[in-house]
Amino acid sequence: MVTQPVQQTSPTFVGMPKFPVAAREALANTQQRANLHNATHTIRAKRAAVVGEVEDWEALRVAGAAAKDEALHHLGDYLEQLEESLTARGATVHWARDAAEANRIVVDIARAKEVDEVVKVKSMATQEIELNEALEAAGIHAWETDLAELIVQLFGDRPSHILVPAIHRNRTEIRDVFLREMGEFGRPAPADLTDDPARLAEAARLHLREKFLRAKVAVSGANFAIADTGTLVVVESEGNGRMCLTLPETLISVVGIEKVLPTWDDLSPMLQLLPRSSTGERMNPYTTMWSGVHDGDGPQEVHVILLDNGRSRVLADSVGRQALRCIRCSACLNVCPVYERTGGHAYGSVYPGPIGAVLNPQLRGTASEVDQSLPYASSLCGACFDACPVRINIPELLVELRGTVAEQGGHRAESAAMKAAAWVLSDPRRLAVAQKGATTAGRLIGKRTIRKVPGLGAWTDARDMPTPPKETFRQWWARERGDATTTHGAADPGGRAGGIPTTNDGTDAGGER
Amino acid sequence: MSAREEILARVRSATSDVTTEKRQTGEAPLIVSWGSASSSLGSATPTHNQSQVVELFAENVADYRATVVRVPAEQVAATVVEQLRAAGLRSVVVPTGLDAGWSDALGAEFDVLTEVDATSAQTLDGIDAVVTGAAIGIATTGTIVLDHTANQGRRELTLVPDTHVCVIGEDQVVHDVPEAVSLLRTPAGAQRALTWISGPSATSDIELQRVEGVHGPRTLIVVIAE
Repeated sequence: MVTQPVQQTSPTFVGMPKFPVAAREALANTQQRANLHNATHTIRAKRAAVVGEVEDWEALRVAGAAAKDEALHHLGDYLEQLEESLTARGATVHWARDAAEANRIVVDIARAKEVDEVVKVKSMATQEIELNEALEAAGIHAWETDLAELIVQLFGDRPSHILVPAIHRNRTEIRDVFLREMGEFGRPAPADLTDDPARLAEAARLHLREKFLRAKVAVSGANFAIADTGTLVVVESEGNGRMCLTLPETLISVVGIEKVLPTWDDLSPMLQLLPRSSTGERMNPYTTMWSGVHDGDGPQEVHVILLDNGRSRVLADSVGRQALRCIRCSACLNVCPVYERTGGHAYGSVYPGPIGAVLNPQLRGTASEVDQSLPYASSLCGACFDACPVRINIPELLVELRGTVAEQGGHRAESAAMKAAAWVLSDPRRLAVAQKGATTAGRLIGKRTIRKVPGLGAWTDARDMPTPPKETFRQWWARERGDATTTHGAADPGGRAGGIPTTNDGTDAGGER
Repeated sequence: MSAREEILARVRSATSDVTTEKRQTGEAPLIVSWGSASSSLGSATPTHNQSQVVELFAENVADYRATVVRVPAEQVAATVVEQLRAAGLRSVVVPTGLDAGWSDALGAEFDVLTEVDATSAQTLDGIDAVVTGAAIGIATTGTIVLDHTANQGRRELTLVPDTHVCVIGEDQVVHDVPEAVSLLRTPAGAQRALTWISGPSATSDIELQRVEGVHGPRTLIVVIAE
């Protein structure tokens, strides 16, 4: 019997509070909320414009989903084929069951190369396994070279968005941290640095160039790994990816096993879907494709680490496995009304937003408070599904996961309330008593709004309680028709249409509807 | 059990419920090509007028704030020289297989470093510009694809210098991404490293304000030869 173990929550996120608690803190940060609003709405508009240019976007989405499904449904075969193709082209393939194993492999290669630093291309997989921390612990500096990742690293901060991880920082904060920290790690920022983004980018260019030129080892992820050709693909904007993938002698790529594409031709939908969904561009500035070692061009020692770390567990769920189609474009973040307000940190993982609310509990299981709460970090509005270029039905998966959490008794107050409601609703006499109580309360409360109910803390924190009506339909029926013994199902539709009572001025009609 | 065996066993067990057949070798995946609903690859005959395709390509490249110059083929060398001169650049690296006529024209006015002599990234860091050919252009996305054959050189040549002048023939421009992917497919074992370039290096990481030029060439000049 083969089991697929859960991913161990990385040390950074152990003990993260549940989503509503973390979200409350994030909501109080007005700077972050303003930045997020601006960012999500700007990218959203750009995405909509370039998606609109494509003649049949929906057909492209179907093709993208089909390509990923083909790979996932026959993943064992395609992984073996990928390994064979890579090996034939001079790459060394490693397999890592979990984060610790992947980190150990990278550290061992770096040690064998006798380096004390590596340059890194932005990669979600290496963030997930906390590779930088593992390298630092081994005395090896890991330099993030994506501008936003550099900003986050200099702050000693965490990323808050998949695509633009430093979106929670503004230009003045960035200038200050450049002036304060760059000199600690290499070439200092120019003393006359302003907060003009062009000057800040220039400072990053100069600071990182000396690192690119001297680095012997680079670490990357991959957006796609093509089984039949052994080609890895990295899409990026700044050119830091090209630097890392081209200049060092040794290249180590950490690739999640779900990144496999069956054939070269499957790139066709992917390279149309990803840039338009991600940055809202027709194409991202740079895409690098390499197939093992290319004689005399680029790294002559190429390692690829195929990482499981909970992915096979997600794959084992016939409904949930569609989440592994995710190409990390972040379109779902940018359209999400929840993410737009809370930002990424509240999700307690490197994967924020709607896809994070699905992937984290899938990968890590639902034992922790944060993973139990994430499926509820959504209004189920469905905007994420519409935006997803590979048609992951995120709302469906969230509901499934809520079921999982409920079944394990996660939300005890809620299940107690549901049991009580079932008891009341299953007997007309009990219902009549309950309704009498409610309408009495309704008359007492009048037009006031109920903002807090003791014992329903979490529910009423975010919602006003509907004020109970002064009279229920059953009571009205009994009064109007003078028949004290209400009969079920006998309501005359004509009478009902003519005389439905208004509840307290029609505001917040509670009770029977 | 080794990690490899264990992961493969986990994955096979996880997909044991799957009943769909694996795609046959050589079976084309679902490809969506613009203007030709869902043709499979191989039969994706371009249905677009080539002059419109080139026009769209020029428009989309310029939209990325790259410089686009369209000239008759015999004026390419003079145009490249003129562009570098106008930018006030002095040194240029050229790939081994660059058109000899262009190399000669460059040699008459600039310090020319050949690919063979560009032995390190440090050396390239001191060079102002690079002049190359290209493999193909993609109109709908304004993309240039380099396959790093002899007239484009090793990847670092087009990466380290701050200005990249790229010459592409009108007949090298295709309409869309599926056509490009199809053309770039090579026999097993013969894959080349590819670089897809769509405008100059750029970032929007600081308050989403777009800045052209971070690590890659900050100036991209595309010369389209008739």
